[in-house]
Amino acid sequence: MTSRERALGWLAGLGLTAGLVMAFGVAPREATQGNVQRIMYLHVPAILVAYLAFGVVLVASVIYLWGRAAGADRLAHASAEVGVVFTGINIATGAIWGKPTWGTWWTWDARLTSVSIMFVIYLGYLLLRAMIEDRERAARFAAVLGIVAALDIPLVHFSVYWWRTLHQPPTLLRPGSPPMDPTFVLALMVNLAAFMLLYGYFTAKRVRLLRQEEEVFA
Amino acid sequence: MRAKFVVGGAVIALALTYMIYAGVTQSAVYFVTPAELRASAVAGKAYRLGGMVLLGSLRWEPRTLDLHFTLGDGTAIVPVRHKGTPPDLFGEGRGAVVEGTWSADGYFRASLILAKHSEEYKAPHGASQAGYKELLRTLKGEGR
Repeated sequence: MTSRERALGWLAGLGLTAGLVMAFGVAPREATQGNVQRIMYLHVPAILVAYLAFGVVLVASVIYLWGRAAGADRLAHASAEVGVVFTGINIATGAIWGKPTWGTWWTWDARLTSVSIMFVIYLGYLLLRAMIEDRERAARFAAVLGIVAALDIPLVHFSVYWWRTLHQPPTLLRPGSPPMDPTFVLALMVNLAAFMLLYGYFTAKRVRLLRQEEEVFA
Repeated sequence: MRAKFVVGGAVIALALTYMIYAGVTQSAVYFVTPAELRASAVAGKAYRLGGMVLLGSLRWEPRTLDLHFTLGDGTAIVPVRHKGTPPDLFGEGRGAVVEGTWSADGYFRASLILAKHSEEYKAPHGASQAGYKELLRTLKGEGR
Protein backbone atom coordinates (compact mmCIF):
# COMPACT_ATOMS: atom_id res chain seq x y z
CA MET A 1 0.00 0.00 0.00
CA THR A 2 1.40 3.37 -0.94
CA SER A 3 1.49 6.21 1.56
CA ARG A 4 -1.04 8.16 -0.52
CA GLU A 5 -3.50 5.28 -0.36
CA ARG A 6 -2.94 4.92 3.37
CA ALA A 7 -3.65 8.63 3.88
CA LEU A 8 -6.84 8.37 1.79
CA GLY A 9 -7.94 5.34 3.78
CA TRP A 10 -7.47 7.08 7.09
CA LEU A 11 -9.24 10.21 5.85
CA ALA A 12 -12.15 8.09 4.61
CA GLY A 13 -12.32 6.30 7.97
CA LEU A 14 -12.34 9.59 9.82
CA GLY A 15 -14.96 10.98 7.46
CA LEU A 16 -17.22 7.95 7.90
CA THR A 17 -16.91 8.21 11.69
CA ALA A 18 -17.81 11.90 11.51
CA GLY A 19 -20.67 10.97 9.17
CA LEU A 20 -22.03 8.45 11.68
CA VAL A 21 -21.85 11.03 14.47
CA MET A 22 -23.62 13.57 12.26
CA ALA A 23 -26.31 11.12 11.13
CA PHE A 24 -27.13 9.71 14.56
CA GLY A 25 -25.88 12.24 17.09
CA VAL A 26 -26.33 15.67 15.54
CA ALA A 27 -29.05 15.52 12.89
CA PRO A 28 -32.52 15.71 14.43
CA ARG A 29 -35.21 13.12 13.96
CA GLU A 30 -37.23 14.03 10.89
CA ALA A 31 -40.69 15.32 11.78
CA THR A 32 -42.88 13.16 9.53
CA GLN A 33 -40.78 10.06 8.84
CA GLY A 34 -39.05 9.57 12.15
CA ASN A 35 -35.75 7.74 12.44
CA VAL A 36 -36.19 5.90 9.12
CA GLN A 37 -35.17 9.10 7.36
CA ARG A 38 -31.60 8.61 8.63
CA ILE A 39 -31.11 6.01 5.89
CA MET A 40 -30.84 9.03 3.61
CA TYR A 41 -27.31 9.67 4.90
CA LEU A 42 -26.26 6.44 3.17
CA HIS A 43 -28.74 6.40 0.31
CA VAL A 44 -28.10 9.85 -1.18
CA PRO A 45 -24.26 9.97 -0.91
CA ALA A 46 -24.17 6.44 -2.41
CA ILE A 47 -25.95 7.45 -5.60
CA LEU A 48 -24.10 10.77 -5.92
CA VAL A 49 -20.77 8.95 -5.65
CA ALA A 50 -22.04 6.38 -8.18
CA TYR A 51 -22.77 9.26 -10.59
CA LEU A 52 -19.24 10.52 -9.93
CA ALA A 53 -17.75 7.06 -10.50
CA PHE A 54 -19.58 6.55 -13.80
CA GLY A 55 -18.68 10.10 -14.84
CA VAL A 56 -15.04 9.16 -14.30
CA VAL A 57 -15.62 6.02 -16.41
CA LEU A 58 -16.94 8.26 -19.20
CA VAL A 59 -14.01 10.69 -19.11
CA ALA A 60 -11.39 7.94 -18.77
CA SER A 61 -12.99 6.01 -21.66
CA VAL A 62 -12.82 9.08 -23.93
CA ILE A 63 -9.19 9.63 -22.97
CA TYR A 64 -8.42 5.97 -23.66
CA LEU A 65 -9.99 6.00 -27.11
CA TRP A 66 -8.11 9.24 -27.86
CA GLY A 67 -4.58 8.23 -26.96
CA ARG A 68 -4.75 4.52 -25.96
CA ALA A 69 -3.23 5.27 -22.55
CA ALA A 70 -3.35 2.07 -20.48
CA GLY A 71 -3.66 4.14 -17.30
CA ALA A 72 -6.96 5.66 -18.44
CA ASP A 73 -8.32 2.18 -19.13
CA ARG A 74 -7.35 0.96 -15.66
CA LEU A 75 -8.99 4.02 -14.10
CA ALA A 76 -12.24 3.36 -16.04
CA HIS A 77 -12.19 -0.30 -14.98
CA ALA A 78 -11.60 0.47 -11.30
CA SER A 79 -14.11 3.32 -11.21
CA ALA A 80 -16.85 1.18 -12.78
CA GLU A 81 -16.33 -1.53 -10.14
CA VAL A 82 -16.62 0.96 -7.30
CA GLY A 83 -19.60 2.65 -8.95
CA VAL A 84 -21.46 -0.66 -9.16
CA VAL A 85 -20.89 -1.26 -5.43
CA PHE A 86 -22.25 2.20 -4.56
CA THR A 87 -25.26 1.75 -6.88
CA GLY A 88 -25.95 -1.53 -5.06
CA ILE A 89 -25.78 0.24 -1.69
CA ASN A 90 -28.17 2.88 -3.01
CA ILE A 91 -30.71 0.30 -4.24
CA ALA A 92 -30.52 -1.80 -1.05
CA THR A 93 -30.91 1.18 1.30
CA GLY A 94 -33.71 2.53 -0.89
CA ALA A 95 -35.64 -0.70 -0.55
CA ILE A 96 -35.13 -0.75 3.23
CA TRP A 97 -36.39 2.84 3.39
CA GLY A 98 -39.24 2.23 0.96
CA LYS A 99 -40.90 -0.56 2.94
CA PRO A 100 -41.79 1.50 6.04
CA THR A 101 -42.34 4.83 4.25
CA TRP A 102 -44.00 3.95 0.94
CA GLY A 103 -45.31 0.57 1.99
CA THR A 104 -43.34 -1.45 -0.58
CA TRP A 105 -39.78 -2.71 -1.04
CA TRP A 106 -39.87 -2.15 -4.77
CA THR A 107 -42.03 -0.69 -7.49
CA TRP A 108 -41.36 -0.18 -11.20
CA ASP A 109 -41.56 3.59 -11.34
CA ALA A 110 -39.24 5.51 -13.67
CA ARG A 111 -36.60 6.30 -11.01
CA LEU A 112 -36.31 2.76 -9.68
CA THR A 113 -36.41 1.30 -13.18
CA SER A 114 -33.73 3.62 -14.56
CA VAL A 115 -31.42 3.08 -11.60
CA SER A 116 -31.73 -0.70 -11.92
CA ILE A 117 -30.93 -0.36 -15.64
CA MET A 118 -27.85 1.63 -14.66
CA PHE A 119 -26.82 -1.13 -12.25
CA VAL A 120 -27.22 -3.83 -14.91
CA ILE A 121 -25.47 -1.81 -17.65
CA TYR A 122 -22.33 -1.36 -15.55
CA LEU A 123 -22.46 -4.99 -14.42
CA GLY A 124 -22.55 -5.78 -18.14
CA TYR A 125 -19.60 -3.46 -18.63
CA LEU A 126 -17.56 -5.46 -16.09
CA LEU A 127 -18.72 -8.76 -17.67
CA LEU A 128 -17.66 -7.51 -21.10
CA ARG A 129 -14.20 -6.69 -19.80
CA ALA A 130 -13.87 -10.11 -18.19
CA MET A 131 -15.06 -11.98 -21.27
CA ILE A 132 -12.57 -10.66 -23.80
CA GLU A 133 -9.11 -12.11 -23.35
CA ASP A 134 -7.18 -9.78 -25.59
CA ARG A 135 -6.31 -6.85 -23.32
CA GLU A 136 -6.32 -4.18 -26.00
CA ARG A 137 -9.63 -5.29 -27.51
CA ALA A 138 -11.28 -5.55 -24.09
CA ALA A 139 -10.19 -2.00 -23.32
CA ARG A 140 -11.47 -0.68 -26.66
CA PHE A 141 -14.90 -2.35 -26.39
CA ALA A 142 -15.24 -1.36 -22.75
CA ALA A 143 -14.40 2.25 -23.58
CA VAL A 144 -17.20 2.40 -26.14
CA LEU A 145 -19.68 0.87 -23.67
CA GLY A 146 -18.38 3.16 -20.92
CA ILE A 147 -19.29 6.16 -23.06
CA VAL A 148 -22.71 4.87 -24.19
CA ALA A 149 -23.65 3.76 -20.66
CA ALA A 150 -23.16 7.29 -19.33
CA LEU A 151 -26.39 8.23 -21.15
CA ASP A 152 -28.23 6.57 -18.28
CA ILE A 153 -26.81 8.93 -15.63
CA PRO A 154 -29.02 11.93 -16.63
CA LEU A 155 -31.88 9.49 -17.24
CA VAL A 156 -31.71 8.37 -13.60
CA HIS A 157 -31.38 11.87 -12.23
CA PHE A 158 -34.11 13.53 -14.29
CA SER A 159 -36.51 10.57 -14.33
CA VAL A 160 -38.42 12.09 -11.42
CA TYR A 161 -39.04 15.23 -13.50
CA TRP A 162 -39.69 13.59 -16.87
CA TRP A 163 -42.18 10.99 -15.68
CA ARG A 164 -44.69 10.61 -12.89
CA THR A 165 -42.96 8.57 -10.23
CA LEU A 166 -43.51 7.34 -6.72
CA HIS A 167 -40.01 8.53 -5.85
CA GLN A 168 -39.86 12.16 -4.73
CA PRO A 169 -37.82 14.77 -6.67
CA PRO A 170 -34.24 15.46 -5.54
CA THR A 171 -33.74 17.55 -2.42
CA LEU A 172 -30.06 18.34 -2.86
CA LEU A 173 -29.12 18.45 -6.56
CA ARG A 174 -31.69 20.94 -7.81
CA PRO A 175 -32.00 24.65 -8.54
CA GLY A 176 -32.59 26.80 -5.45
CA SER A 177 -31.82 26.02 -1.83
CA PRO A 178 -32.77 22.57 -0.51
CA PRO A 179 -36.19 22.44 1.22
CA MET A 180 -34.54 20.92 4.20
CA ASP A 181 -33.42 21.86 7.68
CA PRO A 182 -29.75 23.07 7.54
CA THR A 183 -28.63 20.39 10.02
CA PHE A 184 -29.84 17.66 7.65
CA VAL A 185 -27.94 19.30 4.78
CA LEU A 186 -24.76 19.49 6.88
CA ALA A 187 -25.04 15.82 7.89
CA LEU A 188 -25.58 14.88 4.24
CA MET A 189 -22.55 16.92 3.15
CA VAL A 190 -20.27 15.30 5.74
CA ASN A 191 -21.38 11.86 4.62
CA LEU A 192 -21.02 12.81 0.96
CA ALA A 193 -17.44 13.98 1.59
CA ALA A 194 -16.70 10.74 3.45
CA PHE A 195 -18.12 8.64 0.60
CA MET A 196 -16.04 10.57 -1.93
CA LEU A 197 -12.90 9.86 0.08
CA LEU A 198 -13.92 6.21 0.26
CA TYR A 199 -14.42 6.21 -3.52
CA GLY A 200 -10.96 7.70 -3.98
CA TYR A 201 -9.44 5.12 -1.66
CA PHE A 202 -11.11 2.11 -3.33
CA THR A 203 -10.36 3.37 -6.82
CA ALA A 204 -6.70 4.17 -6.11
CA LYS A 205 -6.26 0.73 -4.61
CA ARG A 206 -7.94 -1.03 -7.53
CA VAL A 207 -5.97 0.94 -10.12
CA ARG A 208 -2.72 -0.11 -8.44
CA LEU A 209 -3.82 -3.75 -8.20
CA LEU A 210 -4.84 -3.78 -11.88
CA ARG A 211 -1.43 -2.37 -12.83
CA GLN A 212 0.37 -4.96 -10.72
CA GLU A 213 -1.75 -7.74 -12.22
CA GLU A 214 -0.70 -6.62 -15.67
CA GLU A 215 2.96 -6.53 -14.64
CA VAL A 216 2.74 -10.04 -13.25
CA PHE A 217 1.01 -11.52 -16.30
CA ALA A 218 2.96 -9.50 -18.86
CA MET B 1 -14.50 -17.83 -26.94
CA ARG B 2 -16.31 -15.90 -29.67
CA ALA B 3 -19.52 -17.88 -29.07
CA LYS B 4 -19.33 -17.16 -25.34
CA PHE B 5 -19.00 -13.47 -26.08
CA VAL B 6 -21.93 -13.46 -28.52
CA VAL B 7 -24.21 -15.41 -26.17
CA GLY B 8 -23.28 -13.24 -23.18
CA GLY B 9 -23.78 -10.07 -25.17
CA ALA B 10 -27.14 -11.27 -26.47
CA VAL B 11 -28.33 -12.13 -22.96
CA ILE B 12 -27.36 -8.68 -21.69
CA ALA B 13 -28.93 -6.95 -24.70
CA LEU B 14 -32.16 -8.92 -24.31
CA ALA B 15 -32.35 -8.26 -20.58
CA LEU B 16 -31.77 -4.54 -21.16
CA THR B 17 -34.32 -4.34 -23.95
CA TYR B 18 -36.90 -6.08 -21.82
CA MET B 19 -36.20 -3.84 -18.83
CA ILE B 20 -36.43 -0.69 -20.92
CA TYR B 21 -39.59 -1.95 -22.64
CA ALA B 22 -41.23 -2.94 -19.36
CA GLY B 23 -40.03 0.28 -17.76
CA VAL B 24 -41.34 2.57 -20.47
CA THR B 25 -44.70 0.88 -20.94
CA GLN B 26 -45.44 0.54 -17.24
CA SER B 27 -43.60 3.43 -15.69
CA ALA B 28 -43.90 6.19 -18.26
CA VAL B 29 -47.25 6.87 -16.66
CA TYR B 30 -46.65 5.33 -13.27
CA PHE B 31 -50.10 6.39 -12.08
CA VAL B 32 -53.20 8.11 -13.46
CA THR B 33 -54.74 11.11 -11.73
CA PRO B 34 -58.36 11.13 -10.50
CA ALA B 35 -59.31 13.40 -13.45
CA GLU B 36 -57.77 10.97 -15.95
CA LEU B 37 -59.48 8.01 -14.29
CA ARG B 38 -62.84 9.79 -14.33
CA ALA B 39 -62.40 10.60 -18.02
CA SER B 40 -61.99 6.97 -19.07
CA ALA B 41 -62.73 4.56 -16.26
CA VAL B 42 -63.37 0.96 -17.23
CA ALA B 43 -64.97 -1.18 -14.51
CA GLY B 44 -62.81 -4.14 -13.51
CA LYS B 45 -59.68 -2.77 -15.16
CA ALA B 46 -56.51 -2.46 -13.07
CA TYR B 47 -55.12 1.02 -12.47
CA ARG B 48 -52.55 2.78 -10.40
CA LEU B 49 -54.18 5.93 -9.09
CA GLY B 50 -52.28 8.83 -7.52
CA GLY B 51 -53.49 11.96 -5.76
CA MET B 52 -53.81 13.76 -2.48
CA VAL B 53 -55.77 12.23 0.38
CA LEU B 54 -58.45 14.89 0.93
CA LEU B 55 -58.70 16.45 4.38
CA GLY B 56 -61.56 15.03 6.41
CA SER B 57 -62.12 12.11 4.04
CA LEU B 58 -60.16 9.42 5.88
CA ARG B 59 -62.11 6.81 7.84
CA TRP B 60 -60.28 3.85 9.36
CA GLU B 61 -61.91 0.99 11.23
CA PRO B 62 -59.14 -0.89 13.09
CA ARG B 63 -61.43 -3.83 13.98
CA THR B 64 -62.44 -4.68 10.44
CA LEU B 65 -59.40 -3.04 8.76
CA ASP B 66 -61.77 -1.09 6.53
CA LEU B 67 -60.03 1.99 5.14
CA HIS B 68 -62.08 4.58 3.25
CA PHE B 69 -60.76 7.84 1.85
CA THR B 70 -60.98 10.16 -1.14
CA LEU B 71 -58.15 10.94 -3.56
CA GLY B 72 -58.23 14.30 -5.35
CA ASP B 73 -56.09 16.23 -7.82
CA GLY B 74 -57.78 19.64 -7.67
CA THR B 75 -60.18 18.93 -10.53
CA ALA B 76 -61.70 15.52 -9.77
CA ILE B 77 -62.11 13.24 -6.77
CA VAL B 78 -62.29 9.46 -6.50
CA PRO B 79 -63.54 7.55 -3.42
CA VAL B 80 -61.21 4.69 -2.48
CA ARG B 81 -61.90 1.61 -0.37
CA HIS B 82 -59.25 -0.70 0.97
CA LYS B 83 -58.97 -3.53 3.45
CA GLY B 84 -55.71 -3.55 5.36
CA THR B 85 -53.22 -1.39 7.19
CA PRO B 86 -51.80 1.68 5.42
CA PRO B 87 -48.06 2.54 5.52
CA ASP B 88 -46.80 4.85 8.29
CA LEU B 89 -46.60 7.94 6.09
CA PHE B 90 -50.13 7.61 4.77
CA GLY B 91 -52.45 10.34 5.98
CA GLU B 92 -54.79 13.20 5.15
CA GLY B 93 -53.29 16.06 3.17
CA ARG B 94 -50.48 13.85 1.86
CA GLY B 95 -49.87 12.18 -1.47
CA ALA B 96 -50.71 8.53 -2.05
CA VAL B 97 -50.64 6.06 -4.91
CA VAL B 98 -53.06 3.14 -4.80
CA GLU B 99 -53.19 -0.01 -6.93
CA GLY B 100 -56.49 -1.68 -7.64
CA THR B 101 -59.52 -1.75 -9.88
CA TRP B 102 -62.34 0.61 -10.68
CA SER B 103 -65.62 -0.77 -9.42
CA ALA B 104 -68.89 -0.41 -11.33
CA ASP B 105 -70.44 0.87 -8.09
CA GLY B 106 -68.51 4.14 -8.43
CA TYR B 107 -65.52 3.66 -6.18
CA PHE B 108 -61.93 2.48 -6.49
CA ARG B 109 -61.16 -0.85 -4.84
CA ALA B 110 -57.52 -0.64 -3.77
CA SER B 111 -55.42 -3.73 -3.15
CA LEU B 112 -52.22 -1.83 -2.30
CA ILE B 113 -51.70 1.58 -0.69
CA LEU B 114 -48.41 3.42 -1.24
CA ALA B 115 -47.57 6.68 0.51
CA LYS B 116 -45.89 9.28 -1.67
CA HIS B 117 -43.25 11.29 0.10
CA SER B 118 -42.32 14.90 -0.64
CA GLU B 119 -38.74 16.12 -1.01
CA GLU B 120 -39.08 18.26 2.12
CA TYR B 121 -37.41 17.33 5.38
CA LYS B 122 -38.22 19.12 8.59
CA ALA B 123 -36.72 19.06 12.05
CA PRO B 124 -39.16 18.41 14.88
CA HIS B 125 -40.51 21.52 16.54
CA GLY B 126 -39.12 22.74 19.84
CA ALA B 127 -35.64 23.53 21.06
CA SER B 128 -34.59 19.95 21.91
CA GLN B 129 -32.59 19.46 18.73
CA ALA B 130 -32.79 15.72 19.01
CA GLY B 131 -29.40 14.11 18.80
CA TYR B 132 -28.79 10.75 20.39
CA LYS B 133 -31.09 11.31 23.41
CA GLU B 134 -34.02 11.85 21.09
CA LEU B 135 -32.98 8.83 19.07
CA LEU B 136 -32.83 6.60 22.15
CA ARG B 137 -36.16 7.92 23.35
CA THR B 138 -37.88 7.17 20.04
CA LEU B 139 -36.19 3.81 19.69
CA LYS B 140 -37.63 2.83 23.05
CA GLY B 141 -41.02 3.43 21.54
CA GLU B 142 -42.00 6.63 23.35
CA GLY B 143 -43.45 9.28 21.12
CA ARG B 144 -43.45 8.81 17.34
